[in-house]
This record gives sequence, structure tokens and C-alpha cells, in this order.
Amino acid sequence: MIYFDNAATTMMKPPEVAEAVAAAIGSFGGVGRGAHDAALEADMAVYRCRGQVARLLGGPDAKHVAFASNATEALNIVICGLLHAGDHAITTAASHNSVLRPLFRKQDEEGVELSVLPVAPDACIDYDAFDALFQPNTRLAVFTHASNLTGDVYDIARLAAIAHAHGALVAVDTAQTAGLIPIDMAAQGLDVVAFTGHKSLYGPQGTGGLCLAESVDIPAFKVGGSGTHSYDRHHPDFMPEHLEAGTLNAHGIAGLSAGLSYIERTGIDAIRARTQELAARFEEGVRGLPGVTLYGGHADIDRCGIVALNIGDVDSAAVSDALSVHYGICVRAGAHCAPLMHEALGTSRQGAVRFSFSHFNTDDEIERGIEAVSDLAHEFEGD
Amino acid sequence: MVENKREKSLKTVVTFSTMADAMQMESEAAEKGFPGRIIPVPSEISAGCGLAWRVDERERQALLNAIRIFTLPYEGIFEIEMY
Repeated sequence: MIYFDNAATTMMKPPEVAEAVAAAIGSFGGVGRGAHDAALEADMAVYRCRGQVARLLGGPDAKHVAFASNATEALNIVICGLLHAGDHAITTAASHNSVLRPLFRKQDEEGVELSVLPVAPDACIDYDAFDALFQPNTRLAVFTHASNLTGDVYDIARLAAIAHAHGALVAVDTAQTAGLIPIDMAAQGLDVVAFTGHKSLYGPQGTGGLCLAESVDIPAFKVGGSGTHSYDRHHPDFMPEHLEAGTLNAHGIAGLSAGLSYIERTGIDAIRARTQELAARFEEGVRGLPGVTLYGGHADIDRCGIVALNIGDVDSAAVSDALSVHYGICVRAGAHCAPLMHEALGTSRQGAVRFSFSHFNTDDEIERGIEAVSDLAHEFEGD
Repeated sequence: MVENKREKSLKTVVTFSTMADAMQMESEAAEKGFPGRIIPVPSEISAGCGLAWRVDERERQALLNAIRIFTLPYEGIFEIEMY
């Protein structure tokens, strides 16, 4: 098997991730639920991981990192907590449904106003047009750091500066970039960063969360068991427990911590360079093949290891299936939970075949991927 | 038959507002070697998080010094007769 679906989940993890999860399952008590050795071991692992996340994202400290089950849950916490009737929000057409659907629900059920910055057919966004969308009641600008379809990385510092000039809060979906593209909340002016653990942080599925700037306060999304303040009628109002309820996925967080340790040891710049090198080699290898259309990657836009393509008018699902069945190559076809991006690129019907690379991929795998696309491009030629 | 009966003695107990503060104390103590250990908060203290830090009375000053030097966050400091 050749795995090129790392934008969905990284399958090739540092071995210490699985080892950490296995060890945690055999040794952790309830996190935040006692003072005995087994509970404290879980507590310390979770606390250590909070600190690692804060360092990776340039956040204030461990106390400003709240865990959730993934970026989608984290973004629901942000959008549901911050937006109410009378507010206006802005996002971009590059957003994943993890951003769009909570916003659409707010729009449809509570009357929150919403503006969406278009993405041009060449996949670029217009920063001046973003500036023009703000209104006096704009409360939140929430956008993705990188398109999960094209891999294009947007200038979040520039977007944040524009939003702050209008007095709006800034929340960024880093599902495709955390661990792969440097993020610095303080330097880039980000109020909230939502991350997921199972992609480029190499953690297990079911891990993710939020990192907040010190000045940001988000109402609790869910309330219940906190392990502390048991006689209080209401959920704790201090971070990080404020945004967490119920026993955390400490076993998964132990794996996430191991993934973060790997990134710290290897260096994000080295991981990024190798990933981008592999993606660029693949892109060059398939560029110009008969009928192959590539999406994104124009001008000075940074990339995050994704190459999206189509072959003629062939259904992306058919191409993906052929790659899987005949070449053992795993890619993602279809809409990728990014409906507005497909509208922008004109691929709503066909979808797109997304190749997403990891620095664990090899040169040989890239060559075999190029050969497979070349074969299919010729087989489907004229379709 | 229990031969050694437990007896109470004066302890210094530090409480925390949040679990993260308690974990910071645990982490810094392990790294810097100051005294004490995590305990469940004694019921006579109305404390924030469910964990506290305990030292024997003779280690009180060393702990207070560490809290000051390393600016460790805490909620309250108590003197308690406890087992």
C-alpha cells in the first residue's frame, strides 16, 4: 500500500505514538479524578501535552489549551460560544464544513449575519475584498489556515491584522497545518487556534482542541463532570476546565504528546521541507500529462503537501478507485467537505482527486504515484 | 491487630484553583527538587481544584521559598493537623 491520504489522517506515525497509547491504557487512572499515582500519571501526561501544544502554536501557556475530540468540535465551541443574534461573522470559501456548518446553523437558526470571502477560480483570495466585508457588528473572522482541497496556505497574519483593525476576534482552523507549517499566535495575532491531533501532529483520532490568547473568553460549550468544584452549581469558569467536561481522552492525548515530541525533536522546518519537496516532485511529474488539471498552487502561495487534480471529465471517484484497486494507492476523491471551494474551482460535480503527502513517504512512492497517474491519464484520454 | 496507630501532625497544605496549577507544582517539584507531594484536598479546606500539595511542618519554609522563587500559582496556604 502507498498512503497518500495524509490530509485526512496521517497513517504513518512515529512508533512512539502507539507505544505511548498502549502504555497509557495500561497505567492511567481517571484524569483529574484523584490524587493516587494512576490518576496523577494521567494528569501529568495531559498537562505536559497542553504545554507542548502551547509551545507549538505560540500560545500563552498550558492553561490556555483545552482539549476536544477534533478540530470540528473545537470550532463548534468557538462559533457556538462567540456568535449570537445581531452578530456578523466572516469566513472564506476555502473553509471546511467544520467551519461552514456551524456558521450556517447560526445564520439559519439565530439570524447571525454571515459573509463569505470568495475564492477565485485560480484558487487565490483577495485580501482587499476581505477588508471590505467587515461591518460595525462583525464579531468574528473564522477561516482556515490552508485549503484542505488545494493545500494552498493563506496569509493568516495579514487576515488577522485586517480583522483586528475592525475590532473582530480571529479564529483559525489549523487542521491542515499544525505540525507542518509554523504557527505563532502571538506574532500572527491569532485569538483562537483550533487544531486536530490525528493529522500532522501524528496523534490518534479523537484528539484535538483549542489554544486561546490570554484575552479571549469563550462560554462553556458543554458542562458536567470537571473532577473539581463538585458542589458548585455551575461548571468551572477557569481555563482549561471551562471548555472541557467529562473525562478527557487521556490515552489519546498521551499519543498526541508523543507525536508532538517527535515534531519537537525532528523540527517543523525539516518536516515541512521534506513534505513540500515530495509534493512538488509529484506535482511536476503529473503536470502536463494528457487531460490532467491541477488545482491551486499559484504565484507565491505556500503549500501544505496537498496536490489536487482531475483527469479530463472523469469522475474523481473512478480515478480514486482505480488508484486503489490497481495500484494500491490511497487517495481521497469527492468533495472533501469543502463545498464552496469546489464551487469556486468549478468541480462540484466531478469532485477532485486529492493526493496528500507526509514526510514519511518515500521517493520511490512518489515515482510510483506519478507512473499510476500517467497510466490512468492515457487510459482515460479523450474521456 | 494494628500495632502502629496513625497519629495526626501539623502539615502545610497548598491548594490550587486549577488542575493545571497543581500539575505545574508537581512538574516543577520533580524538576527542581523541592519538597512535598500531591494529596486530595482535605475536606476542611474549601478549595478550588481537588488536588493539594502537602509538606511536613519542617519542610514548610523550603516550600514557601520555592513558591516565591519560581512564582508558582496557588490558591491558599493552610496549616492543618492531619494524618
